[in-house]
Amino acid sequence: MFENILSVEEVSVAYGAKEIVHGVSFNLRRGEILAIVGESGSGKSTILKAINGLGGVVTDGQIFFDGREITNLDDNSRRKISGESIGMIFQNAGASFCPVRKIGAQIFESVAAHKNWTYAEFESRAGVIMKNINLDAKILNEYPFKLSGGMAQRAGILAATILNPKLLLADEPTSALDTITQVSVVKELLKLRERQNISIVIVTHHIGVAAYMADKILVLRDGRQIEVGTKEQIFKAPQEIYTRELIKAAA
Amino acid sequence: MLKPLIPDHLSLITVPALALILVAIFAQYLTPFDPYAQDLTRALTPPDSVNLLGTDRYGRDILSRVIIGSQTTILSALALLAVISIVGSLIGAVCGFKGGRVDTILMRTSDVFLAFPQMVFAIAAAGALGGGLFNAALALALIGWTKYARISRSLTLTIRKMPYIDAAKLAGTGSAGILINHVLPNIAGPILVTAALDIGTIIMELAGLSFLGLGAMPPTAEWGAMMNNGRSMLQTAPWVILSPGFAIFLTVAIFNLLGDKLRDVIDVRGNRN
Repeated sequence: MFENILSVEEVSVAYGAKEIVHGVSFNLRRGEILAIVGESGSGKSTILKAINGLGGVVTDGQIFFDGREITNLDDNSRRKISGESIGMIFQNAGASFCPVRKIGAQIFESVAAHKNWTYAEFESRAGVIMKNINLDAKILNEYPFKLSGGMAQRAGILAATILNPKLLLADEPTSALDTITQVSVVKELLKLRERQNISIVIVTHHIGVAAYMADKILVLRDGRQIEVGTKEQIFKAPQEIYTRELIKAAA
Repeated sequence: MLKPLIPDHLSLITVPALALILVAIFAQYLTPFDPYAQDLTRALTPPDSVNLLGTDRYGRDILSRVIIGSQTTILSALALLAVISIVGSLIGAVCGFKGGRVDTILMRTSDVFLAFPQMVFAIAAAGALGGGLFNAALALALIGWTKYARISRSLTLTIRKMPYIDAAKLAGTGSAGILINHVLPNIAGPILVTAALDIGTIIMELAGLSFLGLGAMPPTAEWGAMMNNGRSMLQTAPWVILSPGFAIFLTVAIFNLLGDKLRDVIDVRGNRN
């Protein structure tokens, strides 16, 4: 129950010759939610990309997922854990669906990369999740452009969680949404954690979202880790001036 | 009120274009006479009530030959276009998606082909290959694919950076899957428009090669070759050269208009008004 699902140890990430993230460390247990906060360009998304292998090269340190090293994994080994064990929610969920194919077909494609489900089987499993996240089952037969921002984000949650991953990475999942939809997406993510004991790393510049849903918070500035701790530590007794400024700015 | 029946404003030009393709497909059943049957007693008859477009120097019915010629000209142009657009787009998509050495080699190869004027290269290639419709098409294909490779490569380079490609990668889809399911469907629109605008050009080029004697061989009825046959009789029997000439003109015009319309409908970026 308390084993670390994700360990990031002294990790530095570079794009080409330029190092973006310098020596960041944190641990995430089963069912825990970590929020990475910081201003734009602080390297928040870069950390997520290093974890899921979407860009950048880890030049130093190690990343462990579920007891296994995944630092700079090659494409083939990466493909086995991507989607099935690690799910990803994008900032712009609408753009994370291919515009010319129906939502259902696209999600089924990622399912088919890992499981031998028939489409009917996929539909019934998707139906359960969709009911939980208040998503009309009809959208499986829709094209992405027909979805509103909130619906697209929920469809993104469906795509990310259909295979019941152990870890969910969310890159600014609420930033493109209006306030009401933001709240509902955050609530869906929390319910997801309750139901599936899933661990979540959420990147956000919205301190409110971090305060509402995270157990742990990592404060990042210019690619350096300013502070990491439980939500209480960070909000009640911030150790660093920058953290205080950040909280003050949000309030 | 045609509007509700046919999608958007594509309607008016799709009708003649489709009609042309249908005529080409069912040409055998539409000819009033055997297009290859010679009747020297009626050689070079001007248009009359029997031979609506007159006859050529062997007494063959020109209307029948124009109709059967549409099969050779239009269908071979469409087939050629299908081959070069599909092969070219695939090559371009792979180049854009994979990058690296594959990209460099294939794109430099296409640069070499692009360094020649298209028609001059086709004439030289068709001449070297030794005439015949197939060789003429092959000569045009040799240089024609480069255009599609370039377009699809640049489109792929843009699409490669889209979030849905990342999403597909994260979902565990392999390179081939991403290429087939996500890249190709997204470049299909612009490629289709380019291809539609190209139909007229390809017809002209194929007919051009045949006119020069590098394409369809006698007695095959092909518009370019038919025009060449009538060339020496332009003043004495103009109908021999005018009928296939007008057929080429009409066909190219119709397909060019179709391409234009298609671009307006599909290519949002091309919406200038």
